Amino acid sequence: MTAISFQAKRINLKEKVFKKTLTLSAIIVVVILMAIFFTLLINSMPSIKALGTKFFYDKTWDPVADEYGALPFLVGTLLTSFLALVISTPFSIAVAIFLGEYYKKGIVAEIFKNVIDLLAGIPSVIYGFWGLIVLVPIVRMIEMKLNLPPYGVGIFTSSVILAIMVLPFSVSLSRQVISMVPAHLKEAAYSLGATRFEVITKIIIPYTKSGLFAGLLLALGRALGETMAVTMLIGNTHEIPTGIFSPGNTMASVIANEFSEATGEIYTSALIEMGLFLFVVATIINILGKQVIKRFTIS
Amino acid sequence: MEMILKQNKIMKNKLLVDLQIEKQIVRRNKKNKIFKGIIIAGTVISTLPLLLILFYIFKQGITAINWDFFTNLPKPVGETGGGVANALVGSILILLVSCVLAIPIGIIIGIYLSEVAKSRLAYYSRLAVDVLQGIPSIVIGIIIYEWIVRPMGGFSAFSGSVALALMMLPSIVKSTEETLKLLPESLKEASLALGVPYYKTILKIIVPTGLGGIMTGIILSISRVIGETAPLLFTAFGNPFMSTNIFKPISSLPLIIFNYATSPYNDWHQLAWGASMLLILMILILNIITKIVQRKWKVQF
Repeated sequence: MTAISFQAKRINLKEKVFKKTLTLSAIIVVVILMAIFFTLLINSMPSIKALGTKFFYDKTWDPVADEYGALPFLVGTLLTSFLALVISTPFSIAVAIFLGEYYKKGIVAEIFKNVIDLLAGIPSVIYGFWGLIVLVPIVRMIEMKLNLPPYGVGIFTSSVILAIMVLPFSVSLSRQVISMVPAHLKEAAYSLGATRFEVITKIIIPYTKSGLFAGLLLALGRALGETMAVTMLIGNTHEIPTGIFSPGNTMASVIANEFSEATGEIYTSALIEMGLFLFVVATIINILGKQVIKRFTIS
Repeated sequence: MEMILKQNKIMKNKLLVDLQIEKQIVRRNKKNKIFKGIIIAGTVISTLPLLLILFYIFKQGITAINWDFFTNLPKPVGETGGGVANALVGSILILLVSCVLAIPIGIIIGIYLSEVAKSRLAYYSRLAVDVLQGIPSIVIGIIIYEWIVRPMGGFSAFSGSVALALMMLPSIVKSTEETLKLLPESLKEASLALGVPYYKTILKIIVPTGLGGIMTGIILSISRVIGETAPLLFTAFGNPFMSTNIFKPISSLPLIIFNYATSPYNDWHQLAWGASMLLILMILILNIITKIVQRKWKVQF
């Protein structure tokens, strides 16, 4: 009798410990996230205090003269990301329609699905290396034809690589929402004599609009924070890019290039402030995208 | 007479309308076909980069890979026979430590989220995992630098592992949560009804049943971080010598690719191609293992 009750007590204790561990672990993630935010915030305080909003509109980044204006990098980041989206969107929608509507099942679908998955699996640094060896000479040739200075590296080159890199992310979401369009809507349109083209442009795309937009947002979030490939291809100058073929720099690549060599409190802090900016923007985009998807799946 | 003329006119008009409809149908069908062609062309073009990248890496990499490549350390420019032994060992060591850190916590959080699906804490915890997944990898690098490298006074393999573990965590949590959610409630109830304590039910019944899905998530997360470079730049940092001390700087395959790819020397480019091929092969193999695990241990209910 006492042996059994003793055992029951031990089990009860284990039960409590187990449940506590589960709850604790769930708390830990929240704590980690908060800690990340506050670490970034506290460490960028010196720069925020010293520079204020000038940080975002000052054009000169000159650590030697102790001047830290992040405008060139802000412009570079936005330009590369949006250009990448412009290049990749037509293709990602084509692939999404291909996999979500034309070839939902079967061997063709399997092959293309795996290819797109693999595209997402290739490391950023390998994209950068390949771009450096293969893409840069091609861009240089185009620049010579256009009578531009033949840098080869620059905003355009990075955008092309980014476009390839973010494609799988927008495809995976867009494909899902396209295949979620209710069959009765499509069948009704077919029974009225609509062609497939008309079903896609008049039923599927209007119906999935918000989902497709969420796919774009997630791809944008990826593109903004992408570091290695861009660092290798953008040219790393500290001037504001004058056109899409000129070299530039993004926030992520400035951090990658200068963080481990940064000396001086404000220099390091300014780099961390860029990290904070990337973190906040990526988080907002992420939550916004998730919200759009949630609303879509509920409706 | 007039009647017949009128009827003729109506017939003519009808024919004309028919002809127009016919034309319209032909036009619409043509549009339909052209559109399908555009979609297929767009899809094929989208897959071209992958084929080109794989082709280039294998073409260049295959000549770089030989016995020396696996056993030697990198050599200065001009000397042949350099290898990436230190980077290979470094990559494996970093990954092992990050697996030890990320897998248990990831699975536990996943269990919590699937068991307590609707509490407020679960909501925030899920949100945190989502946000964590979206953090740019370079920001993770900064964070770990501030958390570990600066207090410990130097770059270390361990800090690199923590950075990668932080990046692995979200996908392990999500795959665990999603797999366990698919399991039927009756499974748990049957076990509880037999008097099995809750913790044993979870650890001995629920988790083993969903092991296939959990494993898939773990392997996928490894294949995703194996090529991460940005978070290692200010944590593991790189090391030209062989090192197995996790509290010292260490090299890794992605770091070596970055350093050699951006160098102007052909010999080093060659090493970078070899390392790229090795990395891609590892990722391919991990992906194939995932597919096999998925097929073999499919949760059947």
